[in-house]
Amino acid sequence: MSEIQTLDRTDLAPLRIVVVGHVDHGKSTLVGRILHETGALPDGKVEYLREVCDKRGMPFEWAFVMDALQAERDQGITIDTSQLRFHSGKRPVLIIDAPGHKEFLKNMITGAASAEAALLIVDAAEGVQEQTRRHGYLLHLLGLTQIAVAVNKMDLVGWSEDRFREVEAEVRAYLGEIGVTPTHVIPVSARGGDNVKVPSAASGWYQGPTIIGALDGFEASAPATDLSLRFPVQDVYKFDTRRIIAGRVESGRLKVGDRLVFSPSGKSARIASLEAWAGSDLTSPSASAGQAVGVTLDEPIFVERGQIAHLGDSGPVIAYSVRARVFWLGRQALTVGSRLKLKLATAEYPVEVAAIERVVDVEDLKNHEGGEVARNAVAEIVLRSRAPMALDTFADNARLGRFVLVHGYDIVGGGIVAQAVGDSRNLTEVEHRIDATARAQANGHRGGVLWLTGLSGAGKSTIAMELERRLFLRGWQVTVLDGDNVRTGLNSDLGFSEADRTENIRRVGEVAHLFAKAGMLVIASFISPYQADRDRVRAIDPDAFHEIHIATELEECERRDPKGLYRKARAGEIPQFTGVSAPYEEPETPDLRLHTFGRTVDEAVAELQAYVEREIGLSSRERAAS
Amino acid sequence: MNDLDVLESESIYIFREAFNRLDKIAMLWSIGKDSNVMLWLARKAFFGHVPFPVLHVDTSYKIPEMIEFRDRVAAEWKLPLIVGQNKEALAAGMSPAQGRVNCCSALKTEGLKALLAEHGFTGVIAGIRRDEEGTRAKERVFSPRNETNEWDFKDQPPEFWGQFKTDFAPGTHLRIHPLLAWTELDVWRYIAREGIPVVDLYFAKNGRRYRSLGCAPCTGSIASTASTVEEIIVELETTKTSERAGRAQDKESEDAFERLRAAGYM
Repeated sequence: MSEIQTLDRTDLAPLRIVVVGHVDHGKSTLVGRILHETGALPDGKVEYLREVCDKRGMPFEWAFVMDALQAERDQGITIDTSQLRFHSGKRPVLIIDAPGHKEFLKNMITGAASAEAALLIVDAAEGVQEQTRRHGYLLHLLGLTQIAVAVNKMDLVGWSEDRFREVEAEVRAYLGEIGVTPTHVIPVSARGGDNVKVPSAASGWYQGPTIIGALDGFEASAPATDLSLRFPVQDVYKFDTRRIIAGRVESGRLKVGDRLVFSPSGKSARIASLEAWAGSDLTSPSASAGQAVGVTLDEPIFVERGQIAHLGDSGPVIAYSVRARVFWLGRQALTVGSRLKLKLATAEYPVEVAAIERVVDVEDLKNHEGGEVARNAVAEIVLRSRAPMALDTFADNARLGRFVLVHGYDIVGGGIVAQAVGDSRNLTEVEHRIDATARAQANGHRGGVLWLTGLSGAGKSTIAMELERRLFLRGWQVTVLDGDNVRTGLNSDLGFSEADRTENIRRVGEVAHLFAKAGMLVIASFISPYQADRDRVRAIDPDAFHEIHIATELEECERRDPKGLYRKARAGEIPQFTGVSAPYEEPETPDLRLHTFGRTVDEAVAELQAYVEREIGLSSRERAAS
Repeated sequence: MNDLDVLESESIYIFREAFNRLDKIAMLWSIGKDSNVMLWLARKAFFGHVPFPVLHVDTSYKIPEMIEFRDRVAAEWKLPLIVGQNKEALAAGMSPAQGRVNCCSALKTEGLKALLAEHGFTGVIAGIRRDEEGTRAKERVFSPRNETNEWDFKDQPPEFWGQFKTDFAPGTHLRIHPLLAWTELDVWRYIAREGIPVVDLYFAKNGRRYRSLGCAPCTGSIASTASTVEEIIVELETTKTSERAGRAQDKESEDAFERLRAAGYM
């Protein structure tokens, strides 16, 4: 049938193009005009907008196509980014309109960050202005290299070729300094539609393409299938009998049988299957960059959100510190020592600004050392995390080399990883009289004593060790005090009489509380059979003490008997063995009673971890208060 | 991956982010084509499961075929369906005769508000798309609403690189929009590709069909002979009429829809 129909039947994903530039240089007007010229506006839209403009007593305004908000129309500026699709005649295009007002830079970035190419608009009369430079700089920082320039409002300078050449030279000079060569510089009048789709008779001296021609010259970005595999874990599902690791393949490929290594934990297992949803037969043995998939593994290793799966030795960098180029959108200036949450792929890391190495002045591209980073500024900084971070540099793999920064409830900036820094955490001189709040803020959690009590073989040590490992990976200051290792040193002079047991627990309790006061979470794993002994430990600092009963029945402990102690005790070889020949007083009102029977270690630890994060971790409100 | 694969994958990622990052989420089901596509995507995202409630705000003015369709599909797909209704406003006689925008506010916006408050949802998944209308074109995928459900469209959070706003103050909530990047044509092509069921009202009978479904008094049909999904696709590839042309509540004033949305409408 018609030509339009055959063109629209393409199933190419649209090319994403952002339109940027200084406020009032005509971005929305150009976008409105492009949509009109390419037939993307519905019937009646132009008539409707003419009516709106008439009612407002103003000449027809193409910008109203995109500026749909009342406040935008009232003030004649774009506040927020929006996007619409059209067909260039060659391929589908998604055009993203971005605001030019400095105040709405966050919205400009929201629009520009997803684009594959950009159109930078410059007013022919005003030439390059502050936001022209800032936007140009940010496009480059965001990784955009395909940029065309439209010199707009040529009708207002009488289509003067001399003026056009001046502005062209000015734009090329600035972009050249940041390493960008524009594909084309085009004289246009967005309002009149000159050189938008049809070459204008007014610019006989110009031989280059129209705007649409320039857009058609951009290349779509290639999917990252040729890079190493990066498969960040988004979630782990157990809706049915399957344990599915869900996520999106950010780069590379994976297939059934591949051995996945999960960073930063380093654990590995083979892909047993790629899962489809029940009722679908669209299973495939492999997946590549861009696909949201789910896999099952051949071994039940511990996997959680934030880890990055990769193949063999082509893994991401693991670092505690990174040097990054950031753009700052926070209302308060960024300073050394600022604490933020860094979100990279599906991982979140509490980080601190270790250094501000230089702040870039986008006007003259000069660097200023140190100081602070004001709202909407760009800087090179060093961020330090307490937990190891798995990431790539932006140059190696853009999708794993970029991050956002969160403070309180808000995204306050973004950045790209320029370089991973080796463990550069230096010893800093510490003032005395650091209070518990300061320690909690520094660590992201309070100090505390997690007292695991229960029979021998109940699973205390296994749970303690796994919990310690998980919390450590999340950046917690955590350690385990264990019955077995304390008795070889601190308490080597004590036996197993009732009095010695009491003294054993007293000493351990004191030590545990000293650690807690220093801001650490101590997981104390002791049979501690007497309630009176446990109560004495609680009394040292009741607020910091958490009594956790590892509630495993005697029969089950005896069945497990990991050290063969029950067998010996029953044979009379061990006197005064708790549960057999000595009493165990179950806590009547523990802070948490953790059942282990019929559950995996994973499940039991998950419950305890949730308790710890809730009771001892800082709430997002408390963290935001720092 | 073709364009529909790209959209599908992105939507699935959004569903999974919402499910992981938010405590208590639910999905709005208007019974229209878009929310049916959302249900389909949710089942793909969660491997055949819909692990959160599906909400229908029943204004009592819906076209009867829509309610029949809802109950049939809910039973077939075993959906955890919750139906809410602003009974007070209905008892007080609320109808489009009281003003279309007033009626939408009372029965849809207030009805939804009550449902959210009752269940304490912190995330609501809604099937709006950018190409529907100018203010929706400016939306975020994760879009915050304040304590009184209002949308502060003049100060939206930044959203880039697939990182969404998932931290928010107690008492506020997020709207999540997995279909924001889709167009009407994408939706129909996906329905055709996947064989997703839709209400018969979309298919032409006696020369007319519904292009957008809402309440009976405020939703008009269009002249059309498209009686299959394929024919609808062909029709949309050539039409230059906007999708919400048949929705009367948008037209009461220049900013009617903006005001509806700012107050908490989808």
